[in-house]
Amino acid sequence: MSDDDLAFATLTEQRAALAEKKVSAEELARCYLQRIAADSGNSFITICEEQALAAARSADAAIARDGQTRLLGLPIAHKDIFCTNGVRTTCASRMLADFVAPYDATAVARLAAAGAVMLGKTNMDEFAMGSSTETSYFGPTANPWDAERVPGGSSGGSAVAVAAGLAAGATGSDTGGSIRQPAAYCGVSGLKPTYGRVSRYGMIAFASSLDQGGPLARSVADLRLLLGGMEGHDPLDSTSADVPPTAGAEGERASLKVGLPKEYWQNLRPEMADVLAAAVEALGRLGHKRRDIALPHTRFAAPAYYVLASAEASTNLSRYDGVRYGHRAAEPADLQDLYQRSRSEGFGTEVKRRILTGTYALCVGYYDAYYRKAQRLRRLVRDDFLAAFEDVDVIATPATPTTAFPRQREGVAADPTTMYRQDVFTTPASLAGLPALSVPCGRVDGLPVGLQLIAPHFAEDRLLALGEAFQRETDWHRHRPPAARDGQAP
Amino acid sequence: MDADTIAKLMRLSALELTAAETTALRGDLDKIVAFVDAMQAADTEGVEPLSHPIDGTTPLRPDQATEIVRREHLQQGAPSVRDGLYLVPRVVE
Repeated sequence: MSDDDLAFATLTEQRAALAEKKVSAEELARCYLQRIAADSGNSFITICEEQALAAARSADAAIARDGQTRLLGLPIAHKDIFCTNGVRTTCASRMLADFVAPYDATAVARLAAAGAVMLGKTNMDEFAMGSSTETSYFGPTANPWDAERVPGGSSGGSAVAVAAGLAAGATGSDTGGSIRQPAAYCGVSGLKPTYGRVSRYGMIAFASSLDQGGPLARSVADLRLLLGGMEGHDPLDSTSADVPPTAGAEGERASLKVGLPKEYWQNLRPEMADVLAAAVEALGRLGHKRRDIALPHTRFAAPAYYVLASAEASTNLSRYDGVRYGHRAAEPADLQDLYQRSRSEGFGTEVKRRILTGTYALCVGYYDAYYRKAQRLRRLVRDDFLAAFEDVDVIATPATPTTAFPRQREGVAADPTTMYRQDVFTTPASLAGLPALSVPCGRVDGLPVGLQLIAPHFAEDRLLALGEAFQRETDWHRHRPPAARDGQAP
Repeated sequence: MDADTIAKLMRLSALELTAAETTALRGDLDKIVAFVDAMQAADTEGVEPLSHPIDGTTPLRPDQATEIVRREHLQQGAPSVRDGLYLVPRVVE
């Protein structure tokens, strides 16, 4: 196997190659570390060369003893929102640029216990607030399909690492689409599990009633493998669900009823509609039946999401005060000056926007009109889905309204709501806490398009089985970005 | 959004912005408020607010102390510490 083929092999294939001793975990880790070092796309904030090689060597020793764990020796990257003991965790913010967590996030600890090798920490929008990975204090990440375009966000670094062959799989977090949208823009598979499926302990909080960790990978089968290493009840997260694990509980069903909500499918750009219609036809060839459905409150989801997420963010981010950890302003005049300057220097513009928006929504006089209104709409959006799932097994939608958009030009002030509108197809499932998958299903003008599949709460198994079947019927997940096809690091 | 509202939000958020930042953010906030005001077209009369997407209550754990005190370890990243205490500018003159 050439280095390129090795780097673009799925986790499932790498696992088999390790078991058959065709490759060692150390060779695998070195292959990726070399590619990461040669990469110019800025998808990593921190590279963990020494730790990765040490973990790979201990995986090789375990393999030699015929040890078997789910992810033994498999090289993955973590979004820099997950705390890692002894390795800095920045959340892509100046506020935490030098922060070293004193403990591992539960998802990180579980993946490590399953044998996964951490290659490094990936770039993201600051505090996961953004859809383009442009708000990072460490600079933007380029989309490997077109370096002038964004990779999506906020888990953009993780999506690019997988798409460009810089990691075999990666963790991400999804509050309003932050796994699914970058997966769609970069042509990889991404899963936002049901709220509560993956522990939030040690995953830096943005909007606690929406945040959910999940995997990004080259195939849905790989997502299943990674989810199995991340999920499970955690007493350290009070909202963690005590439910049976995903693996193989339901299995593949011969014929599913797939709902196509008209609110998502009407008014699509024709070129997007063509690609996505072909994906729905592929589902039909697998024996699944399409049903036209309605989710009438869809158009209120993105505005309600921005109110709720910003309100929760304004509360969560009040912990950054320059006293206990994080950035501290120099020579403060008094305590108030310490708070204000530490926060004003430590946070970037988008984070400040969200904090001010959230504070506004929670103010006396606006609370009912904004925060309470958004919570009421959240129920209506969720109830739309629950009613639809009385008739259908799965819902299929576009993951995004367009392909990856161009990077913002320096010095050009953009309207923030233009980007907020991009989240119109991902925020509804977030408000409802539902599991949702994005799989590559074609390209428009050379750029990847994602199909989103949404299932009832905790029906990840159904979702993954359908995604796996889709990827046996199609080969879009096998396509490599142009730079990688030419044999150079993008 | 008027200047007084912005000043109040900055005070509540413990943020201090330059004049140029304030002008830019004021414009942005107007656009964001217009964007979220689309919610007002929905009829939510009699709808209970939903704060958590999954029904059911948070499970209780046994009433036992589980926290491990690792003060030194946790304070390693603190900007300023003495004798296990966080230091801030003098608050009582």
